[in-house]
Amino acid sequence: MGKTITEKVLSKHSETDCHAGDIVVASVDFCMAQDGTSKLMIEELAALGFATPKPLRGAAIVLDHSSPSPSAEVSRIHSVIKDFSAKHAIELHDVGEGVCHQVVPESGRVLPGDLVVGADSHTCTYGALNACSTGMGSADVAAAVHTGKLWFRVPEALKVDISGGFKDRVSAKDLILRLVGDVRADGATYKSLEFSGETLPSINMDGRMTISNMVVEMGAKFGPFPFDAVTSSWYASIGLNPAAGVTADDDASYVRTIDVDASDLVPKVARPDRVDNVCDVSECAGTEIDQVFLGTCTNGRLSDLAAAADILKGRRVKKGLRLIVAPASRSVLMRSIEAGIVSQLLAAGAVFVSPGCGPCVGTHAGVPSDGERVLSTANRNFSGRMGNNNDVEIYLASPETAAASALEGRITDPREV
Amino acid sequence: MADVILRGRAHRFEPNDDINTDYIISGRYKFKIDDMNELAKHVMEDIAPDFASKVESGDIIVAGRNFGCGSSREQAPRALKAAGVSAVLAKSYARIFYRNSFNIGLPVIVCDTDWIVDGEAMLVDLEKGYVMSETSGRQATFSHLPKTMRVLLNDGGLIPHLRKHGGFSFD
Ligand code: SF4
Repeated sequence: MGKTITEKVLSKHSETDCHAGDIVVASVDFCMAQDGTSKLMIEELAALGFATPKPLRGAAIVLDHSSPSPSAEVSRIHSVIKDFSAKHAIELHDVGEGVCHQVVPESGRVLPGDLVVGADSHTCTYGALNACSTGMGSADVAAAVHTGKLWFRVPEALKVDISGGFKDRVSAKDLILRLVGDVRADGATYKSLEFSGETLPSINMDGRMTISNMVVEMGAKFGPFPFDAVTSSWYASIGLNPAAGVTADDDASYVRTIDVDASDLVPKVARPDRVDNVCDVSECAGTEIDQVFLGTCTNGRLSDLAAAADILKGRRVKKGLRLIVAPASRSVLMRSIEAGIVSQLLAAGAVFVSPGCGPCVGTHAGVPSDGERVLSTANRNFSGRMGNNNDVEIYLASPETAAASALEGRITDPREV
Repeated sequence: MADVILRGRAHRFEPNDDINTDYIISGRYKFKIDDMNELAKHVMEDIAPDFASKVESGDIIVAGRNFGCGSSREQAPRALKAAGVSAVLAKSYARIFYRNSFNIGLPVIVCDTDWIVDGEAMLVDLEKGYVMSETSGRQATFSHLPKTMRVLLNDGGLIPHLRKHGGFSFD
């Protein structure tokens, strides 16, 4: 019987011939944690008598969630993390380097076909790199860092077959929002979502990361893309040349195939306060907003900033509206400066905060006030998500829709500006 | 050996489906408090402000679909456990929450929960695989926990498991 990407990766890493439903103990290639989850992991590692990371490509901690630190309490946590990583040969990405799910791929520590776990739920992002990668709690990640191994239930896979070309100002975010809206928040729980189809060559790595990033919003464990020319040229751009990756067998068995025709897609919005509360932009167009946030591990990359700048250049955001931009990494920021994107956004009225999570999780810069409405390019819109405030409504959309809405001060179809 | 019979009052919430980790323990405490007993005082506060003061040791949370969705924060099951919760009953769970719970020694059970009334006295038998309301006498069964989870619960969680065996030992 043929195998899915997921079954192949877990078979190789467990040195067994495993299929969906089996429970295996598998070797892990790389582990990561961030500043909000590391403290517990460090305590758990200490309890295990940990020395140095066992995974093949080691482990990293990224200071991104509350970075630079907004308070003495967070600074103390950052200090503990820095001391610990120096002592135990864990790679540290200091404040300002960016969001973990951009910094880790850029660091070249995740390769096609890898098995990766991270103490952050959006670790599934590296599916874009042809890895089986997933978020776990601190105890699981501590166990993997300490032993180089972890137990996995081999997930059943769903196939997402993408055909057709994207229309102008419709992008990867609209595709994944549409999918989340159809599959629902728990529709892919414990599953692996494997992407395929004739449209893949036209979805660049930034777009793939946007898509894999949000598979967890359907409950999925992994979200791998196949290895192809887009993967290898992206690796070439960071100076690596991985030989090959993993592709599914033609007769692999999937629990279900979901067909998406990209040419049918229109800009989508997830309304408060569930990610699967998805509608066409026309259904909520006109809703007034106070803040637009462009950034995050979902949509803070160069293509995202470029798409927004393309709409905003030479224009001004609506008076009274805050447009906050958090580039996903220092490299993204530098490349955006070189491309003239940063000055276009600044001239349009954008406020830049340091590369990192920014306002996404309400731990520092850009916390909205009570009762405000926010349109964000992030992946979650739960009530309370953006900080210690009341009745904030969060809408999720693409960078294109975010830019158009910032211009108008209300939710706006990007094809109409 | 972990307790196999758990007893406590049922607590239901509104909404009952998709109770996310931000509802269980808000992300705003993640950097502020690291004492679990302090964190326990804020558990469920966004959807049930009086829960933390009402919950008693042994009590059982009853929910619908997709309990624990959202972030990977292990503080969520830990805060529940620190608040005295002895088990969660739900129709389904988000996968990270499900793993985290067994890893920290909190049993979470998949079963039908529509019939359970808030405040009822509940009994959960992990060994025999059933849940009973001692108030109404009604009961429901659940399928046997996979061996991996039983081993983890017996050892008191993942870290104690690794300490005890020096590695993974599920056979
Ligand atoms: S950008 Fe938001 S979703 Fe992404 S890792 Fe940071 S806090 Fe999490």
